[in-house]
Formats: sequence, structure tokens, C-alpha cells
Amino acid sequence: MSEPVNSFDGARSSLDRRRHLKGRIFAVLCGTAAMFGIVALAVLLIDVFIDGAGELDIQFLTSFASRFAEQAGVKAALLGSIWILGLTALIAFPISVGAAIYLEEYAGKNWITRLIQLNIANLAGVPSIVYGILGLALFVRALGLERTILSGALTLSILILPIIIMASQEAIRAVPSSIREAAYGLGATRWQVVSQQVLPMAMPGILTGTILALSRAVGETAPLIMVGAVGFIAFAPSGVMDQFTVLPLQIYNWISRPQVEFHHIAAAAILVLLALLLTMNAAAILLRNRYQNRT
Amino acid sequence: MATTHDIDTDGQDPALEARAVSVFYGDKQAVKEIDLVIPANKVVALIGPSGCGKSTLLRCFNRMNDLVAGARVEGEINFHGTNLYQDDVDPVEVRRRIGMVFQKPNPFPKSIYNNLAFGPKVNGFKGDLDGLVEESLKQAALWDEVHDRLSDSAYALSGGQQQRLCIARTLAVKPEIVLMDEPASALDPIATQRIEELIFELKKQYTIVIVTHNMQQAARISDYTAFLYMGELVEYGPTDLLFTNPSEERTEAYVTGRFG
Ligand SMILES: Nc1ncnc2c1ncn2[C@@H]1O[C@H](COP(=O)(O)OP(=O)(O)O)[C@@H](O)[C@H]1O
Ligand SMILES: [Mg+2]
Repeated sequence: MSEPVNSFDGARSSLDRRRHLKGRIFAVLCGTAAMFGIVALAVLLIDVFIDGAGELDIQFLTSFASRFAEQAGVKAALLGSIWILGLTALIAFPISVGAAIYLEEYAGKNWITRLIQLNIANLAGVPSIVYGILGLALFVRALGLERTILSGALTLSILILPIIIMASQEAIRAVPSSIREAAYGLGATRWQVVSQQVLPMAMPGILTGTILALSRAVGETAPLIMVGAVGFIAFAPSGVMDQFTVLPLQIYNWISRPQVEFHHIAAAAILVLLALLLTMNAAAILLRNRYQNRT
Repeated sequence: MATTHDIDTDGQDPALEARAVSVFYGDKQAVKEIDLVIPANKVVALIGPSGCGKSTLLRCFNRMNDLVAGARVEGEINFHGTNLYQDDVDPVEVRRRIGMVFQKPNPFPKSIYNNLAFGPKVNGFKGDLDGLVEESLKQAALWDEVHDRLSDSAYALSGGQQQRLCIARTLAVKPEIVLMDEPASALDPIATQRIEELIFELKKQYTIVIVTHNMQQAARISDYTAFLYMGELVEYGPTDLLFTNPSEERTEAYVTGRFG
């Protein structure tokens, strides 16, 4: 018999003390890491806010770009971003959900499925500029769609497809198999089971994934430069075959000018972009709650 | 070899007739060449220790095993003179005519009404849906408890009510046969008793095959009992005979509680 390691008489063994110390250090480290993120975000927001809030008014939202900072506005870029986002959602959502349904509910569990699955996971990690090159070669040149909103939206759709597919698959997989059994047991066909039971239950998760992916798309610049978004546009897009610019590109364009007034309106444009993002996330939460409450 | 006692079908055709049914999960054989005649409008209980293949056999009767990846069924199951496993038989149609109630209540996350309406709707029901919902809930002895809150979520019901809802949901598609896989095993004794009373009522109109690991329950509610052991049918016959005077040593050991 050796001496007791764990005694409750107050004097902790050195091993025990070390364990508790480690635990505390770890907790502090984790807390610091979390704070780091919050503080960095707060500093960034405050900085942008101080720079840009003064410039943010109706005139800024309703004016086109200009050579003079005080007359310039984000109208073209904001509308361009909204057009691109809307069209990207319209294209990417049905394709992704369809792919997810196929992979989860229809595809056999064989090597082809696994290969597709592996490829989707890999595609999610490809740098966005590569999608831009693809968009340029495929949509702008080969399909002759030119430097249009449609080319941009198609390119961004491909970029976010893997994200939405994987999120949708996750959501579909989370639907309990007992629900599928119940529906099949009542004489439902596979399509009826999927469309009337599985999809409605998976929809909140699918929508969340879609909005997250769109949030990524709204901040993308590089692939859109590749497919020909332009930095200076003085008209509002009126259709999918129009030229366009988007907020991140407009911001980049202004920031890279030497005059400090342009830096201020760039900050204001960043605030507009953030507002757009927050609106999208709020919409996602609303949609999700509506779906969850439906009986 | 299995001992099968006389099964009295009252001169009617049997509701179901399994011939040399085997089920494999991959290489593993879970059900071994079982022959079983299910008489119409009777309650047949499948009993046996856990893992002996009761659920697997039950799921053959409405082709639910088709949905299990890697499951393979051999043999024949005859239903009105047609082998359910024939190539030209549509499993969707089979499941409509042979309904199933599962071990754990599994209502849809929808209203009580929509739980009932789903089956008729997917089967193209065109008549009076409200009437059908009411009739099915009454058959399942649930109408009095829920008639004033049909639009509430089914999840707001108690476990026993949920299971009766699942039974009502199955009845709403008007099956001829109802398969039940330990329908009361997740319920308290009172709820269990209500389900048993319900089964007693239902057998006037339906043929019922019920899996149970509860021997008292089998003895109380069934007309015939099949005892399965390690994938094989050991003995099948009238319930009183099987429980009081079984022919097989293993049956006697099981029903007297010496193993299982
Ligand atoms: N989906 C499945 N895949 C592989 N093996 C299974 C599956 N379902 C059941 N089994 C096996 O088949 C045997 C019979 O299972 P089951 O029919 O569920 O038994 P019981 O209902 O009598 O408890 C068990 O050994 C079980 O492990
Ligand atoms: Mg079972």
C-alpha cells in the first residue's frame, strides 16, 4: 500500500492541485479567446462607424457614384448587390436542395455517391478567385453571357452550392427515421415522404444554411471582378443582362483612392453592407421561426 | 422443425400466409424459413426474446424491410392469392392495405387533424375528410379527448394518446391488416391497458399481427401466438394451448419465464 493520493482532509495532493490549476488556466484561455473575437469586432465596428456615420444619409443611398466624394452614393452598388443576391438565391437554392435530397434520400450508398460527396466537401474549400476564373471562361465567354448580373450570379451560385448542399444534407439527415417510417407505413411514395414530411422538417436548417451561404456571397469581390463587375456605374440595373457593381467592389474602389473624403464614404458603404447582412440574417431567423411554428 | 398446431380460419381464406420466409441483413440471417398462416379477423401475437427476429418478420408483411439498406427477403408472403414479393407488386400499395403501428409513438410534427389527413391525402382520398378523421379517431377511442383541439400539435398529447393517434392515423387509410410492433412498450400501465382494449375492439374489423415481449399481454389479447427463437419459428398455435400446454420444450421454458 502506498500513501493515499486522494485525502479529503483539506491538504490536496500536488497532483490534484495541478489538475485544478490546469482547469482554471484553460477556462481563462478560452474566455480570452472569446473576448478577443468580440473586442476585435467591436473595435472594427466603432472605427467604421466613426468614419462613416456622418456620411450616411438618404442622399448617399440614392446617388450614383461620382468623381466628387460629397456627391457620390451607393445606389448602383446596393441595387447591384441586391440583384446579385436575389438571383444567386434563386439559382443556388433549388439546385442545392435538389442535390441534397438526391444524395440523402435517393442515391445508393456506393462509391459514386461517396465520390460526389467528397468532391462537394472539397469544392467548399476552393478559393473564390478560382470560381471567378471558371465564371469568366464558362459564363462570360463560352456561353456568351457577357459581363452581366446573370454571369455574376451564376458564378456566385457555383461558389455557394457546396455550402448549401452540405447544410441541407445535415438538416435532412437530422429528420428522425421514425417520421419517414410513419409516412412510408401509410402508403406514401418516396416523393410524398420527402416533399411532405422530410423537407418541411428540414427547412429551418436548410434556410439557415442558405442565408449563411448568401452572407458569404454578399461579401465576395474577387470572383465578381473576374466576371467583370465594374467599379464605376452610374445607372441602376434594370434586368439580369445589365452591367453591375456590388458593394464590396465599390468600397474597395473608394478606399483605394488617395483623398480622405472617399475613405469616409467607403466607411459609410461598409455600414450599408453590414445593414444588408443584418437584414438577411434577421430574415433567416424570421423564416425559420415561421417554419418551426407551422403545424 | 417448428410445431404448428391447427389454425382455424373459420373457412375463410387466411389474411396472410408466409411461406419459407427468410430475411438477411447483409450475410446475417435474422429470420429463418418461417411458415406462418395469419387467419382473418384474429389477433396473432409474435413473442420471443429480444433480437429473435419478431420485428424483422413483422416488417416483411408490409414490405417495410425494403427500406432498410442491406436487408434481403426470400420466400413468399401471400395476400389474397398474390405474393407480396412478386416483381409487379408495388410496395407503396402493399403498405396502404397493410398498415403499421410502431414501437415508439411517431406522430408527425403537425396538428392532430393533419396527422390523420396525411394518409388519406397521399392515397388520393376525395371524400369527406373531416368525417374520416372523426371516424378514425373514434375507432381509436381518442375522439372524446381531442375533438375540441384537432388543430393542436400532436406533440402536445401524452405518450398513450400519441400512440392511439398513430393507430387512428393507420386506420384512416382503411387497411385490411394492422401490424403492431410492441405498440405499448413505451407506455405506462394505464395507457397500455387502453391500447389493449382498443386492439380487442379493432379485431372485429381488422386482422392484427402484434409483436410483444410481454407474455401476459400476448395471453390477454391474442387468439394465436407464434413463439420465435433465434430467427426460427419454434411453435405456433392457439394462444391458450401455447401458454398452458406447449409441445416444444423451448416454448414451455419461455412462457414459464425460465429464460428470455
Ligand atoms: N437494420 C438492421 N441491420 C442489421 N441487423 C439488424 C437490423 N435490424 C435488426 N437486425 C438484427 O436482426 C436480428 C433480429 O432483430 P429484430 O427483428 O429487431 O428482433 P426483435 O424485434 O425480436 O427484438 C437482431 O439480431 C438484430 O440485431
Ligand atoms: Mg423488435
